[in-house]
Amino acid sequence: MKYYDKLIFELSRPGRKGYELPNNNFGNDAFSKLPSDLMREVPAELPEVSELDVVRHYTNLSMKNFGVDTGFYPLGSCTMKYNPKINEEVAQIPEFTAIHPLQDEKSVQGALELYYNLQKALANIAGLYEFTLNPYAGAHGELTGLMVMKSYHLANGDTKRTKVIVPNSAHGTNPASAMVAGLEVVEVKSKPNGSIDVEDLRPLLDDTVAGIMMTNPNTLGMFETEIMEIAKLVHEAGGLLYYDGANLNPLLGKVRPGDMGFDIMHINLHKTFSTPHGGGGPGSGPVGVTERLAKFLPNPKVKKNEDGTFSIVTSDDSLGSISTFLGNFGVMMRAYAYILTLGKENIRNVGPLATLNANYIKESLKDDYLLPIEGVCKHEFVFDGLKDKSTHVTTLNVAKRLLDYGFHAPTIYFPLLFHESMMIEPTETESLETLNEFIDVMHKVAAEARETPEKVIEAPLTTLVRKLDETGAAKNPVLTYRHLQAENAKGAAE
Amino acid sequence: MSKIIETLRYADSHEWVKLEGDIATVGITDYAQHALGSIVYVDMPEVGDEVTAGEEFGAVESVKAASDLISPVSGEVVEINEALEDSPELVNEDAFENWIMKVKVNDPAEIEGLLDAAAYAKICEE
Amino acid sequence: MSNKYMPHTEEDIRVMLDKIGVNTIDDLYSDVPQEVIYKEEYDIPSAMSEIELRRHFEELGKKNQRLTVFAGGGVYDHYSPSTVAHLLQRSEFYTAYTPYQPEISQGTLQYIFEYQSIISELTGMEATNASMYDGATATAEAMFMMVASAKKKNRVLLSATIADRVINVVKTYGKFHGVEVTVIPEKDGITDFDAVKEELTKGDVAGLIVPTPNKYGIIEDFSGYAETLHAVKAYLCVNADPSTLAVLRTPAEWGADVACGDGQSLGMPLNFGGPYLGYISCAKGMLRKMPGRVVGATKDADGKRSFVLTLQAREQHIRREKATSNICSNQSLMALYATIYVALMGKQGMREVNIKSCDGAHYLYDALLATGKFQPLFPGKPFLKEFVMTTDLDIKALNERLLENGIMGGLDLGDGKISFAVTEKRTKEEIDNLISLILA
Repeated sequence: MKYYDKLIFELSRPGRKGYELPNNNFGNDAFSKLPSDLMREVPAELPEVSELDVVRHYTNLSMKNFGVDTGFYPLGSCTMKYNPKINEEVAQIPEFTAIHPLQDEKSVQGALELYYNLQKALANIAGLYEFTLNPYAGAHGELTGLMVMKSYHLANGDTKRTKVIVPNSAHGTNPASAMVAGLEVVEVKSKPNGSIDVEDLRPLLDDTVAGIMMTNPNTLGMFETEIMEIAKLVHEAGGLLYYDGANLNPLLGKVRPGDMGFDIMHINLHKTFSTPHGGGGPGSGPVGVTERLAKFLPNPKVKKNEDGTFSIVTSDDSLGSISTFLGNFGVMMRAYAYILTLGKENIRNVGPLATLNANYIKESLKDDYLLPIEGVCKHEFVFDGLKDKSTHVTTLNVAKRLLDYGFHAPTIYFPLLFHESMMIEPTETESLETLNEFIDVMHKVAAEARETPEKVIEAPLTTLVRKLDETGAAKNPVLTYRHLQAENAKGAAE
Repeated sequence: MSKIIETLRYADSHEWVKLEGDIATVGITDYAQHALGSIVYVDMPEVGDEVTAGEEFGAVESVKAASDLISPVSGEVVEINEALEDSPELVNEDAFENWIMKVKVNDPAEIEGLLDAAAYAKICEE
Repeated sequence: MSNKYMPHTEEDIRVMLDKIGVNTIDDLYSDVPQEVIYKEEYDIPSAMSEIELRRHFEELGKKNQRLTVFAGGGVYDHYSPSTVAHLLQRSEFYTAYTPYQPEISQGTLQYIFEYQSIISELTGMEATNASMYDGATATAEAMFMMVASAKKKNRVLLSATIADRVINVVKTYGKFHGVEVTVIPEKDGITDFDAVKEELTKGDVAGLIVPTPNKYGIIEDFSGYAETLHAVKAYLCVNADPSTLAVLRTPAEWGADVACGDGQSLGMPLNFGGPYLGYISCAKGMLRKMPGRVVGATKDADGKRSFVLTLQAREQHIRREKATSNICSNQSLMALYATIYVALMGKQGMREVNIKSCDGAHYLYDALLATGKFQPLFPGKPFLKEFVMTTDLDIKALNERLLENGIMGGLDLGDGKISFAVTEKRTKEEIDNLISLILA
């Protein structure tokens, strides 16, 4: 395809339009009578384009993107599984998309039933008591969960408990969420294999600890084998355990976070429950808690009445509201469809097959890539770059070269425990053939690194655009079409 | 090997100070600019702001990292290096030439508590 | 173990286990303590085929009622051209992740750049981020932005004329993060400017947040606000309905430093409350305090114009111990929705939507007055598409009757107050019908 490089604004022609509205037959000229000093002085320079302009423009843009539907997306920690099409279809049913959030409860019983049933299903899958589906994303779920943690201690009059223990290998969002929730972060060290150092944890557990945030398997994809001991220690110290659900996928069908002693968790519906990532949202980050914490969950909540109907309720014990209404409802519909499609039979296989796929890739590539930690991983694992360090080909180079071969890159330079981290998560929806193609290409890149390293270092060579000037972008931010026009004018003047 | 100037004083958070009378000139060290990489923005205080030793007075940003600036002295900001607003990369070119702020210090003796060149060089080696 | 989403044949599994060097898949969990292995059956239904699933959702849908909407409360039943929903189905858009690999994400990066441009045009502000979760959380983050920018001040004033649901969320965020929120009382349905001035004399104020239009639909006059706040080094944030900014005085024209709000009014389906999007725009000086992701234009190695996530150093994942925001993913696909909607409606259409909504709302207002059963709550105050009346009628009973006729009546605000909204979708006939049902 020919390279398409227009902005929608550059297609604009005065007087062109892409819509029709019925005639205005109200005949009261009310708008023109509004006080002029409350009206906009300078009109917004919005595009003026035809419908076909818009269709071609965004179709062309879509072709400059890589999605799960385009190809294999082994982005570690992101669980890029297939997004089923039937989920998209049922989520478009007008009886759901065209209902107003402030409609009488009587007229939205189907939506409330779905919310309630999904909440119940997640609680069962997680081994917890109750979920709120209101948080909009994983990070929002973390924040909400930490607010629950803080509310619990405050309700006990335990005002000293302001510290949250976070492993130094954690997702960067964990400490940020703690800061936003008004808690302090204390780091606990990881052992060389990435798991929490229990001996380092022990002395941290005093009466100022609100809780610990961890994920299991950890960010290296390894199961925290001492989890029961950690849970016991934290609980004995009066703290709570928060489970970051980013790595829930391998446990689906095998282990429930609640059974490992976790009190609070969030789930990323856009990871484990197959809802699309949407190029960065909308996601959904439901938060589940044990029975003693349920009253602190945010308002509003959906309750099932004795007569089988559903109501939206608020409670005074709640931490407050963290969303305008009941969250990203459209995303919940897709996750619910996924759970019903898999059913109790197939959901058991999700974690095991995701784990099988990850271990297969790991074992197939550890001859060329440096595996810092031996042993069985779960849904993902980390290589510390190429095994042969003499080539000077970095993880970034390998990642960019993969783009040339039609694969998305793994997550790179995370976790921070290694210099050349390359985190690979295949998910359960990929076939053996796809995994083998990826393995072949990874071997090929390793061979190129040995034989023609300059080729790998220059990559990507075949993508629509090549290496970008990120320093220039940050030094001189051009963030709107108006900025761009000013830049062009400046360039023309020079 | 990063450049260190003998006659200056240093903070372990990688700022340098040059005291002339009661005016302290403050910048970041060559070691710091090297560690940050291409600097794209320097967040400076305003003239008239009070700064306190050991507390944040601004930040430097490179493409991938942001680092707080910690004031090595206490006093009132009397001048900032406006050239850095448009050309933050000057700090990369010469971190000692391109200072960030000048402070009228409350107590010139405060500077005695800072590291000398030899002590700072040791920190950079670690 | 195979299923339509899990393609593993028995033979595949055998080949893979052999490569790994274990006998069974269970061996891959040998490091997990036996006591936590879940052996029971999940308490969820059995697998459904597509036919069963579709039927199940249709049955659930029948328990919802699609209504002719005469209410707003921050969510407006605007028209959206058919094209928007069609283009949103391009799976290259919706199955992509956050654009971390710019070379293969130019589609996402460019539409976010266009979105930033469009919202900046509407608000009149210098820059806009790639989107927030919703209008309420965007307002809370705008509060944090002002506190982070105003050094050593920790209090934010919030007009009582902002929607209650937004105030609730801002208060929650403030309470946990440790920012003091002071609600400024309303006077005759608008922000009490004298009360603002009085609070400023008490000090410690980082900024003020005011709405346009406000929770009663009134277009408030913020003349003098920015000057008063800036004189004491405090900031002004305007929470604005972005659709109305095609015609109303913009946050920038009011002298605001930050603008925020909910993007739902940009043609988004009602969606029972979400997904919508939140937006934050700001003046140049606050750019580096803006949370979330931002896309910038740059050039690639061959000099081609291209787009990339930029100003990332500000982001929480780097400066984590100083974080005032933890937002990562946001509502990217809804930003695409807003972009395509505004592109189609364009310069003319965005005006026409407001004119028609305004004329329709006033037509309903006049008709309600003519019934003799309604009085304006705030007579003479200018409004665009939403307004509040008082009535002696039993509002609950009235709305029940309307519901039976497939209509969502005005929002019951208590004490005989009822709030109506009219968009360009409502016809004269629908409004006449509403009036006749009220009189029946």
